[in-house]
Amino acid sequence: MSEEEDDIVLSELNDEELVEQMFDDLYDGLKEEIEEGVSILLERGWEPYDILTKALVGGMTIVGNDFRDGILFVPEVLLAANAMKGGMAILKPLLAETGAPRVGKMVIGTVKGDIHDIGKNLVSMMMEGAGFEVVDLGINNPVENYLEALEKEEADILGMSALLTTTMPYMKVVIDTLVEKGMREDFIVLVGGAPLNEEFGKAIGADAYCRDAAVAVETAKDFMSRRHNQLSA
Amino acid sequence: MTDALSKLLQTRDWLLADGATGTNLFNMGLESGEPPELWNTDEPEKIRTLYRYAVDAGSDLFLTNSFGSNAARLKLHNAQDRARELSRVAAELGREIADASGRTVIVAGSVGPTGEILEPVGALNHASAVEIFHEQAEGLKEGGADVLWLETISAPEEYRAAAEAFALAGMPWCGTMSFDTAGRTMMGVTSAAMVQLVESLPNPPIAFGANCGTGASDLLRTVQGFSAQGTERPIIAKGNAGIPKYVDGHIHYDGTPELMAEYAVMARDSGATIIGGCCGTMPNHLAAMKEALETRPRGARPTLEQVTDVLGPFSSASDGTGDDDAPKRERRGRRRA
Repeated sequence: MSEEEDDIVLSELNDEELVEQMFDDLYDGLKEEIEEGVSILLERGWEPYDILTKALVGGMTIVGNDFRDGILFVPEVLLAANAMKGGMAILKPLLAETGAPRVGKMVIGTVKGDIHDIGKNLVSMMMEGAGFEVVDLGINNPVENYLEALEKEEADILGMSALLTTTMPYMKVVIDTLVEKGMREDFIVLVGGAPLNEEFGKAIGADAYCRDAAVAVETAKDFMSRRHNQLSA
Repeated sequence: MTDALSKLLQTRDWLLADGATGTNLFNMGLESGEPPELWNTDEPEKIRTLYRYAVDAGSDLFLTNSFGSNAARLKLHNAQDRARELSRVAAELGREIADASGRTVIVAGSVGPTGEILEPVGALNHASAVEIFHEQAEGLKEGGADVLWLETISAPEEYRAAAEAFALAGMPWCGTMSFDTAGRTMMGVTSAAMVQLVESLPNPPIAFGANCGTGASDLLRTVQGFSAQGTERPIIAKGNAGIPKYVDGHIHYDGTPELMAEYAVMARDSGATIIGGCCGTMPNHLAAMKEALETRPRGARPTLEQVTDVLGPFSSASDGTGDDDAPKRERRGRRRA
């Protein structure tokens, strides 16, 4: 085969091949190609929600799994998330118009005193990649910020991140305040950050500790489906 | 003129570095979230005490309380214009304690990451990163640091930017990265890749190595990864004292002084020359490490099985070096160039 024959023209692929190719392009962080793929699927009459879940979320799941397994690292994930964002920018207004189902909503931020936001940003991106709505409070959040956002946004999940041993204990302050106000049961609380571990997560009363962004997504999905089951039961 | 660290390394075949800065300051009442560098001017006596912990425990070298005193980090506390001053004072206090010790103790000016991601993946450009590191380096130099000590770096771009800044300041330096993700740095750098990175620099460090990360076992696997590259450059091992646990409202690391003593001996046998601790490493850990290094003979390089038998399991099966590389994803076809 000559090189020209090897080149891929997205519009010439059938739906199945195109979605497979979009998985590869997400994996390689090719933003323009993802935007083109999304547009082609829309032209072919795909529902925005199907494009999100089947093409984009499907592709980001592969990225997430390989990140979890130590095959991909932060730079590749950032590029993939950026490509995903390109596709999402096209889909977002359409999703709102078509009243697509909601996967879940997360409020996330690093705790007071902690300015390390790389891990938190990764979680935000991967959660968005999985179809969640994410309200990112940024860095250095006192307990009031979390409470206000959780109520205002009618969030399902609270995500807190800390990179330092000096800031980890503040997560407990936030959780204790939720308990005091009788709000703890309204939210799924996920914590993460380099010095943390499962034992710590349990000790402070979180629902789960998430080792990395990929685990955060899996855990969030898991808790959301349990929630839905409870509601419908 | 030969710098003080290089001179010391000519006369000794191992050096004891220091332990934790954050954990110790936290125990002295540092509030969760307060930037420790402000204590250089607000609570100088506590910083002197911190330095004395290391000197009194027998450390040959200690790091200054300047990990986060760069403009990018201090900006988040509205103290960005104090980067040079806080760095200078951190080194001045260190100089004072080292000179009063009556022996040669190296004052290593700590330089931590900017906390931002560099281009091309992130937003911070190379020139700005160099400028940020340069300002901190000049402050530490003015304060009398013997060497600069870059630590907890994960991106090769950031390591290079700091090296360039240290050249501008005309300072000798050491530099460690943090290998906390499946045996690599967060940005995917393996131990082997770090050796290549270090040797590719126009002004390579006096010594290089690993700090922090996930635990003593992982850190030693990384040190052995450096050694396997056949590097002649001294290797630094600064591992955490075990794994953090939450006990009675405080963070406690589960590594005992005895365990850290084993770690120190194994680090030396694995090829490390400058050996210390990181998070959770207190004066009693350092004293136990010193005694072990002084009294126990050198031995053969421990096997990975011996490391895990003594220090606990690795956090990941592979560290990205050798033949056990993780599989790559198969591609469908060729992409447009």
